[in-house]
Amino acid sequence: MQSTAHDFKENVGTALADPNLQDSLAKLKVGFSERRRQAAERLPEFEALRDRARDIKNHALANLDFYLEEFERKVTALGGHVHWAPTAADARQIIGDLCKSAGARTVAKSKSMVAEEIALNEHLEGLGIAPIETDLGEYIIQLRHEPPSHIIAPAVHLTKDQVADTFLEHHAPLGFTKRLTERNDLVAEARYVLRQKFLEADVGLTGANFLVAETGSSMLVTNEGNADLSNTLPRMHIVLASIEKVIPTLEDAAVLLRVLARSATGQESSAYTTLNTGPRRDSDLDGPSQYHVVLLDNGRSSVLGTEMQDMLRCIRCGACMNHCPVYGAIGGHAYGWVYPGPIGAVLTPQLIGVDEAGDLPNASTFCGRCESVCPVRIPLPGLMRHWREREFERHLTPRAVRQGLALWSFLARRPKLYRRVTQVANRMLALFGRADGRYRKLPLAGGWTQFRDFPAPPAGGTFHAQWARHGGARVRP
Amino acid sequence: MRTILAAAMVTSVSALSSERSAPPRRVALFVTCLVDLFRPAVAFAAVKLLEEAGCTVEVPPLQVCCGQPAYNSGDRATTRAIAQQVIETFEGFEAVVVPSGSCGGMLSHHYPTLFEDDAVMKAKAESLAGRSYELMSFLVDVLGVRTVSAHYDGAVTYHDSCSGLRELGVKGQPRQLLASVQGLRLREMKTPEVCCGFGGTFCVKYPEISNAMVSEKAADIAATGADTVLAGDLGCLMNMAGKLQREGSPIQVRHVAEVLADMGDIAPIGEAERGRPEGKR
Repeated sequence: MQSTAHDFKENVGTALADPNLQDSLAKLKVGFSERRRQAAERLPEFEALRDRARDIKNHALANLDFYLEEFERKVTALGGHVHWAPTAADARQIIGDLCKSAGARTVAKSKSMVAEEIALNEHLEGLGIAPIETDLGEYIIQLRHEPPSHIIAPAVHLTKDQVADTFLEHHAPLGFTKRLTERNDLVAEARYVLRQKFLEADVGLTGANFLVAETGSSMLVTNEGNADLSNTLPRMHIVLASIEKVIPTLEDAAVLLRVLARSATGQESSAYTTLNTGPRRDSDLDGPSQYHVVLLDNGRSSVLGTEMQDMLRCIRCGACMNHCPVYGAIGGHAYGWVYPGPIGAVLTPQLIGVDEAGDLPNASTFCGRCESVCPVRIPLPGLMRHWREREFERHLTPRAVRQGLALWSFLARRPKLYRRVTQVANRMLALFGRADGRYRKLPLAGGWTQFRDFPAPPAGGTFHAQWARHGGARVRP
Repeated sequence: MRTILAAAMVTSVSALSSERSAPPRRVALFVTCLVDLFRPAVAFAAVKLLEEAGCTVEVPPLQVCCGQPAYNSGDRATTRAIAQQVIETFEGFEAVVVPSGSCGGMLSHHYPTLFEDDAVMKAKAESLAGRSYELMSFLVDVLGVRTVSAHYDGAVTYHDSCSGLRELGVKGQPRQLLASVQGLRLREMKTPEVCCGFGGTFCVKYPEISNAMVSEKAADIAATGADTVLAGDLGCLMNMAGKLQREGSPIQVRHVAEVLADMGDIAPIGEAERGRPEGKR
């Protein structure tokens, strides 16, 4: 996917001026966080499970080579194939070749953020193969030629009316000429249209929530059952997953599943949890005859052992973005690439470069709400700060910020001089702001006064000046 | 029981206090740069509350800033230099009290992480971290204060500033003390824990996003019907006051310490002082 992260500030302007988006975001902000809160409350051991989930992922990351090789061994023994893709281009090539070998004309896809990351759809289309998104949200945005705006709810930026218009436009040629207004009718129409495509698909491609090393299984959760049709009906099933998805055991998966759905949607469990373990066996009634797993690195292994490693614990629940006031203001597209919200602000600079995505880790107030809900306790603000430090070291921080900081730092390290300068500033601000108690405009503070008044200090001087003047006596201001 | 434990805690960290049964607690006030420059009343209120709770308050004169502007901009070297300065300034005090959650969090959570490669400074940073408290938390959790003698006639709503809430667990303490203020009625917002959009330099680096956030906060405040909004961090308060006033709202904005210290009659943040002739101060 082509990044627009470099144009973050322009993207923000567009997002804030989009009434449909703002309408959708208003609902998202209340819905997701309230459901998560209730789900966590209903499970007394939820906080303890978060600790265990964190520890499981940390253990898996500390022994990633071991568990990946174990996973490969198991998949191979079951008659499947594991393909190692160091880069996005490698993954595209491998999947393209597999599809060609199967003589595929269409590929039924269940939702996969990694497929977005490697821009798989564009690649397949270039080969004359039609990718068909089967997740309802992904299907809607595929019709609209839009990228996902959320990692678990890709079409969350759209209103129901927009979906109704999109379906009418694309389904009318198939005979559905009535504009639908009810949510259930829209779902039913999409299901009917998609069912035909499942039956025609030559290859099914899914992502994976977890790869289980002890059994060689890929595990997938959905609420629509679309993944199950994607991976059982076609002749070939390709699993595309990044390397940090591997975990040791099924028991570990059980712990992670218990925090995943609760954090994501507030459900105790997603409607469908499916384990795929190798190709169809002779005794199986159905299933794919070929089973492939493509393991993508794409820069992740270089994070191992660094201060940034914690980002690899992510289980893609979306809770950080559901609770982020910045995401809630601008939505996912403004972030400009595949992964939005706090986890995107941490992952994107790693995956496409901090030169391109330098704004993302800066566009946070460090309010900490993301970290407080993360099921695997990723210190997201801390990781964003690490990016800011790298940007500062590489002189990528904007010049105005650096200069302002240098001046402030010069003063802050000279307390006596600082005291004199602040006393003058305080008096000036108090003097000129005295009529209203505030400023509507202030030099060098345009970013503030564009939207807010700036409170003026009261007369009488700085606190330290008053304290010194009265010899430390307790005076009423 | 909790009070006794808390008092024991304070006594135990003190190498300086005598064996008296109720030792005076020698407390240093970390004023914070925003309070010093824009709202001295907050520091006076803090001094009053601490003295009423039996503390002796000192204000080390060479204190400046905790270093957050550098820290949050990625300038680690400057942050370390400033942290070292703060650590030295506050050596020897039993407790360092800060009328701000974000500056308090800086001292008690972030300073120790700055000196992973310097055992001596790390130990000093950890010592300061263990002695640093946000004002509300110090009053209630350490000193065991349960009530204040103050009067404020009005309906107030309380905004939970992010660092105080999530780094320091400041949530019930200010509400508990506010409940003892005569005439005060608390009306909660729908989302008092959601960030106001200040975020230090964030609010001027990304003013449009900050504006969207503070607009939503202002609407949440207004929907409570309260005539006053309180919080424990001056940055958030200036942001919310600036937005409410730009919108023409009559809602008053004050630091929670001012109301608790019975200083609710001074001009709210961003409002002109009354009762003094123009130009004669």
